[in-house]
Amino acid sequence: MLTFSQDIGQSGAIFSHMDGSLLSMSSLEKNRSDFLSVQDFSFYYGPQQALYKISMEIPEKQVTALIGPSGCGKSTLLRNFNRMNDLIEGTHHEGDILLMETSIYDPKVEVIALRRNIGMVFQKSNPFPKSIYENVVYSLRISGQNKKSALDECVERSLRSAALWDEVKDRLHKSALGLSGGQMQRLCIARAIANQPKILLMDEPCSALDPIGTARVEELIHRLKQHFTIVIVTHNMQQAARCSDRTAFFYLGNLVEYDTTTKIFSNPTQKQTEDYITGRFG
Amino acid sequence: MSLSSSLPTFLSSQEDSRRLKFRSLLNRILSILCVSLAGLTLIPLFSILYLVLKNGLPLLTLSVFTQLPPAAQMTGGGFGNAVIGTFVMVGIALLLAAPTGILSAIYINEYARQSSLAHAVNFVAQLLTGIPSIICGVFAFAIVVVRTGFSAWAGGLALAILILPTILLTSEQALLNVPQSLREASTGLGATRLQTIWRIVLPEALPAMMTGLMLAIARAAGETAPVLFTALFSQYWLTSLNHPTASLAVLIYNFSTLPYDHQVKLAWTASLVLVAMVTFTNILAQILFRKKHH
Repeated sequence: MLTFSQDIGQSGAIFSHMDGSLLSMSSLEKNRSDFLSVQDFSFYYGPQQALYKISMEIPEKQVTALIGPSGCGKSTLLRNFNRMNDLIEGTHHEGDILLMETSIYDPKVEVIALRRNIGMVFQKSNPFPKSIYENVVYSLRISGQNKKSALDECVERSLRSAALWDEVKDRLHKSALGLSGGQMQRLCIARAIANQPKILLMDEPCSALDPIGTARVEELIHRLKQHFTIVIVTHNMQQAARCSDRTAFFYLGNLVEYDTTTKIFSNPTQKQTEDYITGRFG
Repeated sequence: MSLSSSLPTFLSSQEDSRRLKFRSLLNRILSILCVSLAGLTLIPLFSILYLVLKNGLPLLTLSVFTQLPPAAQMTGGGFGNAVIGTFVMVGIALLLAAPTGILSAIYINEYARQSSLAHAVNFVAQLLTGIPSIICGVFAFAIVVVRTGFSAWAGGLALAILILPTILLTSEQALLNVPQSLREASTGLGATRLQTIWRIVLPEALPAMMTGLMLAIARAAGETAPVLFTALFSQYWLTSLNHPTASLAVLIYNFSTLPYDHQVKLAWTASLVLVAMVTFTNILAQILFRKKHH
């Protein structure tokens, strides 16, 4: 059984097989360009095909934005990265998705371990009806970590990273539902990064926020990308242009164009991309 | 007409003003009707409470809890054994029905939501909520009493069958009311299904589940038919669960039809005690399981 374990120092993750042998990733390769690799990936909701042979390589510690009109499959692809679509009845896929050269669909991979290494932030913030403290440490508790010192340290680190610490440090044990919308979303981000995942997936994280809240989250993304690989789905093209290093444009389940953000927004190759960017449709 | 000249221009036609007057009159009549009907529904409730208090209070002393039922023409005495008997049998019913109902609801809602088993269980539970309580008694009679005689166990079993469907359905509803987004958040963080249920879903559903449980308790405490020929009655203190057991419901049933004034008064007092027990349980549930305000 393959398990993903925490980062150790600067080198990449270490996989260990149940039989004890170690397979360490090359510690010389930092910021690999094929950190998350999608290979000829097609996805079906029952008989309905949602994604058509998507191939792309998502680089490490950069922000990759998935843009496109509603229903183009970008959220579907995102939710496949941490296999959340497994929870939906009747779905199946073709092709593969590799995380650090291991297929996430490999039967030896534990889905729970996969999800603990990938953080997800949803469109509508969904904090648990618990205290702020308990929200952040949830992922640690379910991994078995209950030592107060470790939890305290984690709470401060995560809330600082999410630019929420100063606002809530005096009311950590009050209910999370008493926060404002923007604060709740930043709490969800703090919660998602608490266990130091490899990747942070964000599904339209700002769509329910006001402009100031949005600006704060975008600022956050800039800082977080030093530590995490971020894939963000967004409806807001300006946001994609501001925040991301690479952008992928989807249309009706197909990957139309995928390139650096500057290229996509200044000189796209495909006419469809140009039409979407300039607002001619979508 | 002077009326039309004093109205704003869009109401200048006499037709419109007549229609408007009729409409507001109708509105007022219906409002009064609604309020009176609402008041009307409260009348039976308050009359019952009033009667129970009026007739039951005179004999309400500590001794009714500490003494045994008086014989035919005696005065004094109480119904302490009936109070204990009701507590015990409702307790047995809860022990049997609550874990079964709650765990089944968790299974149906969290593990096998769309499965045919889930649908079947749901359907049967809904049918069984309408089961006449005497059927529960007959069932327990055939299963237990015929083999081992009248007992508190048989009474408890009959009550358990009575309240199981209610507990299952209210627990299921409580679980359904937990937003899916919370489960998603938990799963996304890498929790197993059990962890999600135990840490997130159950705590959120608990208040509603407990309310359902309290409803079940209230029903079980007051039903006469299931305990009538399963636990029978007893004039003595409870010594064993395998013997006939007294209960408040049967005591009220027995005493209220006797031609002796004192016994009838005791029946009223027993009714008061029963109502008080049920109300107290409800209030306790509200206090203990009230959702914290955000």
